[in-house]
Amino acid sequence: MSEHVNENPESPRSSGTVSTVAPKEGGGFPNPGLPPHVHRQADENPRAEKRAERMVAGLFLLSVLGTVVFIASYFVFTPMGTNLLGEPGTLHAVRWSNLFTGVGLAVAVFFIGAAAVHWAKTLMPDEEWVEERHHIEGSDETREVAAGIITDGLDESGIARRPVIVTAMIAALTALPIAVLAPLSTFGPLPGSKLHHTFWKKGLRITRDTDGTPIKASEVAMNSIFHVMPEGLTEDLEDYLEERAKAATVLIRIDPELGQNQDSLDNGYQGILAFSKICTHVGCPVALYEQQTHHMLCPCHQSTFDVTDGAKVIFGPAHRPLPQLPIEVDAEGYLVAGGDFPEPIGPSFWDLHKDK
Amino acid sequence: MSTTTPTRPSTEAEAPASQGSGDGRMLRLGAVGGDWLDRRVSGAGLLRFMGRKIFPDHWSFMFGEVALYSFVVLLISGTYLTMFFVPSMDEVVYNGIYAPLQGAHVSKAYESTLHISFEVKGGLLFRQMHHWSCLVFMVAIFVHMFRVFFTGAFRKPRELNWLVGFALMVLGMVAGFTGYSLPDDVLSGNGLRVVDGLMKGIPIVGTYISMLLFGGEFPGHDIIPRFFTIHILLVPAAILGLIAIHMVMLVLHKHTQYPGPGRTERNVVGFPVFPVYAAKAGGFFFLVFGIITLISATTAINAIWIYGPYDPSPVSAGSQPDWYMLWTDGGLRLIPGWEFTIFGYTVSLNILLPIVVYGGLLVFLALYPFIEQWVTGDDREHHLLDLPYNAPVRTGIGVAWLSEYLILAMAATNDLIALKLRLSINDLTWTFRIAFFLAPIIVFYVTKRLCIAMQRQKRDLALHGEETSKVVRMEDGQMLEIHEPLNEFDRWVLVQHDDYRPLKAGKGVSSLRAAATSFFFKDRVAPVAPSELREALEHAGHERHRIDELTGGDYTTPDARRH
Repeated sequence: MSEHVNENPESPRSSGTVSTVAPKEGGGFPNPGLPPHVHRQADENPRAEKRAERMVAGLFLLSVLGTVVFIASYFVFTPMGTNLLGEPGTLHAVRWSNLFTGVGLAVAVFFIGAAAVHWAKTLMPDEEWVEERHHIEGSDETREVAAGIITDGLDESGIARRPVIVTAMIAALTALPIAVLAPLSTFGPLPGSKLHHTFWKKGLRITRDTDGTPIKASEVAMNSIFHVMPEGLTEDLEDYLEERAKAATVLIRIDPELGQNQDSLDNGYQGILAFSKICTHVGCPVALYEQQTHHMLCPCHQSTFDVTDGAKVIFGPAHRPLPQLPIEVDAEGYLVAGGDFPEPIGPSFWDLHKDK
Repeated sequence: MSTTTPTRPSTEAEAPASQGSGDGRMLRLGAVGGDWLDRRVSGAGLLRFMGRKIFPDHWSFMFGEVALYSFVVLLISGTYLTMFFVPSMDEVVYNGIYAPLQGAHVSKAYESTLHISFEVKGGLLFRQMHHWSCLVFMVAIFVHMFRVFFTGAFRKPRELNWLVGFALMVLGMVAGFTGYSLPDDVLSGNGLRVVDGLMKGIPIVGTYISMLLFGGEFPGHDIIPRFFTIHILLVPAAILGLIAIHMVMLVLHKHTQYPGPGRTERNVVGFPVFPVYAAKAGGFFFLVFGIITLISATTAINAIWIYGPYDPSPVSAGSQPDWYMLWTDGGLRLIPGWEFTIFGYTVSLNILLPIVVYGGLLVFLALYPFIEQWVTGDDREHHLLDLPYNAPVRTGIGVAWLSEYLILAMAATNDLIALKLRLSINDLTWTFRIAFFLAPIIVFYVTKRLCIAMQRQKRDLALHGEETSKVVRMEDGQMLEIHEPLNEFDRWVLVQHDDYRPLKAGKGVSSLRAAATSFFFKDRVAPVAPSELREALEHAGHERHRIDELTGGDYTTPDARRH
């Protein structure tokens, strides 16, 4: 193996690019060839071989044991029926079922692998074989024939002589992909003005998200926060979730003295302010309110809004303030919306500022 | 088809010939049904081609296998789940065994996922196996990809297979995202809402794309059935197809091997498919399967009953996607709130810039083989792998890429880091913002210098051999340490690699390329040349001679000699 074998198969058809590869001095070192083989214990010692054989067989048998455990526990540790350790229909039963069937299956599968690998490593030949590589590229003759097939085929098709067909073909192949747009358009409606409006309307009562009850201004304690929805947005509506996704609002009462934004205070009622809960960055619910700082924080990407300043962005990736819902108080003292949000809620989009 | 027969190790080369007359072997072929198959599908030819094919052995070659095998586990467990999962967003009232949610309005998708988890025998196990094997699949793909990157296995002729592997990584992300969105819980629903927000941020067509994907306004009633079709049909079919291409190219190119004595660019040294790899690789499948099953039996994952059914209003702090999607969330957290209006239309840079960064990172990775080829101008086939320290700039670039990836992934967990380490989330975000620009540069430089230091150390080792800790003081006071020269097999690995040199502009080399080659190779450490080694050995021999003369060949300490 002392012949010089350290040459990369260089393409005979070099691209002619100047290469950074430096020539090796004196052709470099000769490859010393495969080192002498060191035999394993099991190759030389019959007792070690026997031991390895028993080991492999033992590992296979462990797998059988695992299979038995798996099958048995599938029927005696069930989530809903028989269960030796947990009351059926409880999470306890589910956990025992998962643990026993899982460990049984894991043992059944793992030890087949362990046995096979141990077999290969201790008992199958461990002397390395040498296989020659072939050139990836075809011989000159093959490449010649291949090129011939292309040129002859093109010639036979007459593509060069029949420009009319070619033009028509290009037209057909260009037109067809446009057809894809037609079925694609049925995947969903056009946006229209949907993104510009929510369920909120002038006079709709502001209700608690949890139980749908209306809220009196007097019930809103200083620095408290309410997660609210418009009255009438109930589960029987066809587009219940879509409307909820837009109408989600938080109601917060701050000391009007702290207010830095008169417009914002004017749209509220005695320091009770209502802001869209949907982040103007990518639309997560801005669910966290820090009472001490009057900041609202989006847990997804940490956009932070200052409630005392018209929910202006003071940190994070959002750009627009949370849109504010104008609020009023009706004759019975309940808080109602003074109208829809003045601008689209949620993530910004291309025609956000166009009236629709 | 191949007609080359691999060289068997010489010790057993001739043994079977005496018993195996042609007839006897044919008989055996018939006995196992081989004859029947051969007459119908050329089974014998296929076996001759594949049966004794040689694959080299190395632990780092197993990551690709882990990816393949965990994909098989994904298919098995996923098929089981489709038997019980209902991909529908129709609303039902939950009345299963999980008490906290009884009476809640949930989608059929969510209800059936709870049903699988709590009421179907073995359902929770298969659900957890499906999710865990997905995480393992993505880890394996990623580690495999960087094994290929750092060893230069993407070089000619394997550039196309690199692209196939890259596509598999991206498809894995798509499969993962569409999969964990299916249960319709609060966590995945908010993930979908983020995707909706990202799409709306695309100029001009954004809102249209969002409406088309969701079949109307978010969340609509279509997204889960649509994702279901993508998740169980389109993406797995594409993955299977690409795996097939990946494997065919692997066989066509034959596997790469690490440099070593007897290993050349023209051969492949290792073990035959049958029986050694049938047992090793086949067994390894069961090992991977078994370990994933054990994790799934003992470790809960994606407990959607704790998150609750999807509702657009709530979200919990600590909302993170699966690990392989983390990096796509990090950029969204780091970007400042940049948005501007042009002719009354809104451009959301706080969405577009992160998308551009993600795209840039991916495209750079995909195109790297072609970039490096352009720089080196190296037109040769490479079947021997580079040791990463022998390619300091490539290794530095790879580690810098990973550092960027990790910073984005860590930024996506900034709220958890802030909570656990009691840090300010704002400081942390600013730290990551700065690190995004600085870390890759620092990491590149440090990695490159470490590689060069290793090259120097290996060079010394090749020239002078191992230090023996035996120091001799000569008569003139000079201290000499005795070195044990390496044997030629051990030395070969240290001296076999190629040397690359920067090019000067002009003569067919553009100034851009000259600058690139300078960036790559100006700090090179030249490999040991044969003449240098001769000189070093001569010098060592001379030194040894002097020491032997002085000590008489006895290197024990004078103190020890007295006893």
